[in-house]
Amino acid sequence: MSERRLPPVTQLGMLSLALIVAGGIYLSAHLPDHVPLAPAVALLAASVLVLFVNIFALSRVRDFAWGRFFQVGGWSLLAYLVIAGMILYVFLQDSVSGGTLVVLTLSLAVFAVHVPMLVGFTVARYADSGDRVAA
Amino acid sequence: MTDIAIPPARVEAEVDVEAGAPPRGLQIPDFQIVPRMGLILVAVVLVCLIVAIAANKLWPLTFFHVAFGAAWTIIDLFLGLVLGPIMGKMSIPARVEFTTRLMPKMVLIMPTVVTATLAAGWQLGVKTGNVLSISQNHGWVVASYIVVGVMAVLALGLLEPANIAVLFELKKPRPNPHVIEKLMKRFIYCAGILGAMQVATLVIMTKLASG
Repeated sequence: MSERRLPPVTQLGMLSLALIVAGGIYLSAHLPDHVPLAPAVALLAASVLVLFVNIFALSRVRDFAWGRFFQVGGWSLLAYLVIAGMILYVFLQDSVSGGTLVVLTLSLAVFAVHVPMLVGFTVARYADSGDRVAA
Repeated sequence: MTDIAIPPARVEAEVDVEAGAPPRGLQIPDFQIVPRMGLILVAVVLVCLIVAIAANKLWPLTFFHVAFGAAWTIIDLFLGLVLGPIMGKMSIPARVEFTTRLMPKMVLIMPTVVTATLAAGWQLGVKTGNVLSISQNHGWVVASYIVVGVMAVLALGLLEPANIAVLFELKKPRPNPHVIEKLMKRFIYCAGILGAMQVATLVIMTKLASG
């Protein structure tokens, strides 16, 4: 099967997720004690950077099934916002606050955006040309 | 791990090359990519989970963490090490029928099971003191975070997108067997790795439970 060349969206997405997960493990391993935030912020910043690189690389793809991408990604986003919300709710129940809460919330936001992007991309890359609509 | 690739000769034999016709001999049952009725059950579980966390009582938290955690572990082990190799040996029509019946359910079951396990597990760890750095079990708890983290990256980055993409492909009037083969391979290999990693989860969790 000959496949068109596409940017490494899945690989970059997994790298971004790995960075976020590493930050989450770091924070969780310290909670509920005081957490030095610098390593978590660095991991979050790196993950956000990879997310933006991924969005930029994907946005430059021509003749992509954007309609399918946004349809699948949109519904996935709704689902992953619920999941991220549940995780955030647990941390709020345990009175996590301040900088730790901000880093956790932003990490969950990256998670909630990047996973739907991966789902939408994987579906859209195999969509028929008939499904393709202008971006 | 069993190779689930569709042999090229069989692909050519079973796929009708006429435009617009479904692959010959391939009956694809009608299915919903996300079962609508299942969403009601998911909502009920999530509401119960919120109540359990808000109540912060030992039994509901233990119930959610143990019951859903056991389901997560067993599903991963069974899918990765038992069902996966069986699927690899099925005929293509049987595999397609099995996939269209199993995978839509997995779209709802796995995220719900994982969310309930993790959310209740964290709250339970706070309540029992296992997540505190002074706890003698803290090292094991951090080990469980790492195992879950690796599994999350694999499941969210590779397995879940492949699952959804296979279902979209099977919804097409003429699904491409090569695409299904490629995505199913990814799904089954990921499930196998996750199944193996769940053994580590079992070791950690039984160690935590036995003190």
